[in-house]
Amino acid sequence: MFPTEFAYHRATSVQDAIAFLGANPDAKVLAGGHSLIPAMKLRLAAPGALVDIGRIESLHAIDVRPDGAKIGAMATYNDIRDNAGIARIYPILPEAIAEIGDAQVRERGTFGGSLAHADPAADLTAVFLALNGEIAVTGPNGDRTIKADDLFVDLWTTTLETDEIITSVILPAPPASNGMGYEKHAHPASGYAVVGIAAVLGFSADKTCESARIAVTGATSKATRLTGVEQALTGQKLTAELVSSAAGQASDGLDINGDLYASEEYRAHLVNVLTRRVLTSAAGL
Amino acid sequence: MAEAPAKIETQRITLTVNGQEHAEEVEPRMLLVHFLRDQLGLTGTHVGCDTSQCGACVVDVNGKTTKSCTMFAVQADGAEITTIEGLASEGAYHPVQEGFWEMHGLQCGYCTPGMIMSSVALLKRNPHPSEQEIRHELEGNICRCTGYQNIVRAVQYAADKMGESGAASAD
Ligand SMILES: Cc1cc2nc3c(=O)[nH]c(=O)nc-3n(C[C@H](O)[C@H](O)[C@H](O)COP(=O)(O)OP(=O)(O)OC[C@H]3O[C@@H](n4cnc5c(N)ncnc54)[C@H](O)[C@@H]3O)c2cc1C
Ligand code: FES
Ligand code: FES
Repeated sequence: MFPTEFAYHRATSVQDAIAFLGANPDAKVLAGGHSLIPAMKLRLAAPGALVDIGRIESLHAIDVRPDGAKIGAMATYNDIRDNAGIARIYPILPEAIAEIGDAQVRERGTFGGSLAHADPAADLTAVFLALNGEIAVTGPNGDRTIKADDLFVDLWTTTLETDEIITSVILPAPPASNGMGYEKHAHPASGYAVVGIAAVLGFSADKTCESARIAVTGATSKATRLTGVEQALTGQKLTAELVSSAAGQASDGLDINGDLYASEEYRAHLVNVLTRRVLTSAAGL
Repeated sequence: MAEAPAKIETQRITLTVNGQEHAEEVEPRMLLVHFLRDQLGLTGTHVGCDTSQCGACVVDVNGKTTKSCTMFAVQADGAEITTIEGLASEGAYHPVQEGFWEMHGLQCGYCTPGMIMSSVALLKRNPHPSEQEIRHELEGNICRCTGYQNIVRAVQYAADKMGESGAASAD
């Protein structure tokens, strides 16, 4: 469990980190280290250099405002869980975070790291999609943003360039009257999502669904929106019958993976069941 | 003849472990757990896996419960670290250590240092945990011997004891 040799640089600023990445094409960003270091120990990753962004103060800030939230890329899961403003406006975050890995992973893992790593069984990838977030990114050519819908490409693959750094996760204010939630079937050994479903619903006083963003993780090669379910709900009155019938088709058309622990059929079943559960609670039924 | 690969330079780190300051040279790739065990001789912190899953290596780094196999020693430059060796004060066991003793919370003892460090962290955050909360917060610590029952009792014992003395964080 000794990683291969690498040079280590502790970045003092985002610009410093970008410059280091530019000068060292085989360098990788080190954030919470809870995906990268395990991969390095197993020598699945062998970067020639690491730039540690952990001590760049500005990347840790969490700012919650009426029109949305800005969460620094280095905010850890526990920083987010313990933020009262986040818990009030985006209760789906502490709910999902409680299900991530274990106490030590939650203490060091970061929101930015989870999105950059894009593990197909990560939790916050689906939550980020359901919340319709975007990431603020800085690279050698300046700043840009990437919308949740444009970030994930495939297993561990995103549209982020290798010389770019995520600086923050930006979340819009949720709909005025909303319900949100996350349901997960965790792998009993690894804790990762076999299937996880995140949902954010906006509805009127009479429970007519005005907006729905629902995303799956674990079942597919990347976190993916369940657009069929979203369409089945939008404009309709949220009832137990509607939720049941929409959730019953949640896995239709998905390219679902199977493995030794959970076959394709079993994962498809979990997608439907967990979608029904999360919608039932998010809609307050 | 092929050139020898460029040697990666060691880096100097200064950190406090169990109240004692150390200045040491480390290779960047040295994991904190190996630094503690091999360079400082603090072998109470164990290595139980290759995959960051077992928790035998848990220590406290700047108040954060940490798997020391999933952090490089260079990342701990400037940090304050507490390991299992630093938990007892003036010869008196920490209430969690006492709990493991009294409730028979260990058999082979391999997982115990990490289990105790995680339990201390959990009680700091939540001085009166339910059984379910104890089990949830200890999910990152694997024990192959006890079946966890007595570990839960050990933590409950410590919670009661710390509650009685009115010191929720007796560290
Ligand atoms: C035992 C265990 C169990 C786990 N269980 C779960 C689980 O149940 N659910 C779950 O979602 N995750 C789980 N994880 C993974 C954990 O959440 C990781 O912390 C997370 O995936 C990566 O975040 P990090 O900050 O640790 O990133 P790192 O490991 O530091 O980095 C991961 C990758 O992202 C890149 N990167 C990181 N930050 C940035 C940035 N700001 N800009 C650009 N690139 C960046 C790095 O270069 C690297 O390639 C588990 C991990 C362990 C060890
Ligand atoms: S040695 Fe197993 S988690 Fe650190
Ligand atoms: S006491 Fe043997 S592994 Fe826990």
